[in-house]
Amino acid sequence: MPLTPERVEQKLRERFPGLAFERQVGEAVRDYTLIVPADSLVEICTFLRDDAELDFGMLPWMGGADYLPRVPRFETIYNLLSLSNALRFTLKVRIGDEQPRVPSVVGVWPTANWHERETYDFYGIEFTGHPDLTRILLPDEWQGWPLRKDSPLGYEEVAFTHNTPNRILPSPALKKLAPKKVKYRAQ
Amino acid sequence: MTINMGPQHPSTHGVLRVALELDGETIVACKPIIGYLHTGMEKQAEYKTYTQSIPQTDRMDYISPMSNNLAFCLAAEKILGVEPPARVQAIRVLLAELTRISSHAVWMGTHAIDIGALTVFWYTFREREKVLSIYDHVAGARMTSSYFRVGGLSRDIPEGFLDRCEKFVDEMPAHIDEYESLLTKNPIWIARTQGVALLSAKDAVAWGVTGPSLRGSGVNYDIRKAEPYSGYDTYQFDVPVGRDGDAYSRYVVRCAEMRESVKIAKQAIQRIRELGEFGPYRVRDFKYVLPPKEEVKTSMEALIHHFKIVAHGFFPPVGEAYSAVEAPKGELGFYMVSDGSPRPWRMKVRSPSFINLQALPLMVQGRMIADVIAAIGSIDIVLGEVDR
Repeated sequence: MPLTPERVEQKLRERFPGLAFERQVGEAVRDYTLIVPADSLVEICTFLRDDAELDFGMLPWMGGADYLPRVPRFETIYNLLSLSNALRFTLKVRIGDEQPRVPSVVGVWPTANWHERETYDFYGIEFTGHPDLTRILLPDEWQGWPLRKDSPLGYEEVAFTHNTPNRILPSPALKKLAPKKVKYRAQ
Repeated sequence: MTINMGPQHPSTHGVLRVALELDGETIVACKPIIGYLHTGMEKQAEYKTYTQSIPQTDRMDYISPMSNNLAFCLAAEKILGVEPPARVQAIRVLLAELTRISSHAVWMGTHAIDIGALTVFWYTFREREKVLSIYDHVAGARMTSSYFRVGGLSRDIPEGFLDRCEKFVDEMPAHIDEYESLLTKNPIWIARTQGVALLSAKDAVAWGVTGPSLRGSGVNYDIRKAEPYSGYDTYQFDVPVGRDGDAYSRYVVRCAEMRESVKIAKQAIQRIRELGEFGPYRVRDFKYVLPPKEEVKTSMEALIHHFKIVAHGFFPPVGEAYSAVEAPKGELGFYMVSDGSPRPWRMKVRSPSFINLQALPLMVQGRMIADVIAAIGSIDIVLGEVDR
């Protein structure tokens, strides 16, 4: 019998009886998603990886998300793949606004290293136990967390004389050297 | 001694910096440093409608724009719950497979140049050019095609397009033979790639490596077979799997993959012919997808739908979805969260190059500097996709 996501959830509930698992439901939630408590994340992931039937040996990706007005504000999402069952399963952890912190899963899947650095880079979510939690895509001296919803998109203003006070205007002497304007007339 | 390879090194295929800790010429530690091409696509997508994000995806892996478009559209379609007609799916499969051939051709040419075989480049880019002309014919742009739309295609395929594709795929196997005659038994090529950049199957899975690099290590996993999309389960093709997990077996896998792509493309052309060379090229669900232009000019309802979608974008249901395709470089997926507004609340790109590059230190530890170049080439990265 092929493995179903329902069976995965059932096995998790049997293995961790005291924990509060919550299945994410919604109009268009297309993937089977389970919200798990942050404190036991590493144990849950280790169990999912090592269990012979489940065999979630691969973490194709993990990432973060910001749902600003909502409490708890942040989410980290873990997309798990079992190669032997060709099944995907999604875990989510919800984190509050103040000092967002999640245990790192680098010890479970080494591939999480760069993903967690990227999530830290974008959202400022701290991964405890991560071997090298530094910025990855943005420069090291960057201030702020760009993918947070309270961080504006931002742009660079085009430099004109009216918005750049220190702009040096070309000297009138140079104007003589400038190419002459040619008027084109319709034939 | 520590040296920096890059960011302006020609063999890094973009701007990648690799910090190498050396003992003589042996590599003690290797750290890829990325981010030089970061353009904030994930942030920008939150400020654009779904359709406006499609041209962004072309610019990620600019060698294979059609696969990126496809992955994006499939993720959006998954949220909407719409499925394009069979004819559209066949056109998508045809173009995705031509993209795979072109991407592997570029890979083979540049990888061979890195290692010192300059000739192959001229042969592979000849075929790549033909694929670009096919893009030009069908989409009007050679590289940034933006041809697919959520729920279908931007326009129908032009006249003579299928004949042109057929001619290309008929000629292609002979060209692949040509490439192989230059490399497969070439003693220098074998010396430079066999046993180099080794990655065991266990490591490949643990480090999330996908695509030909994973299959080169002997793991039979292909999303087209495991989680079929766009009707791939109805095509006859094999998944080539390598044995040794070195640069040479990745080369063998990609060569065989090009031949399989030719097979799939032939079947797709035949299927499009059966379903009609010209016909519907979008879903008829005008809440989400633009109505055909002829109807816009003749029907009031269609005009209203057209105006609403162009002016505001479409309003998907609240929810989220992740959808992945087997892009030429590996698993390319989009994770999208919709809050019911015409702009995605969150869009996350799972780009294969980013994750495959992470396994580079494993492949080069304890080896020579020259092997780093072979290793970078063999995992087939595009920095536009690594940094997004």
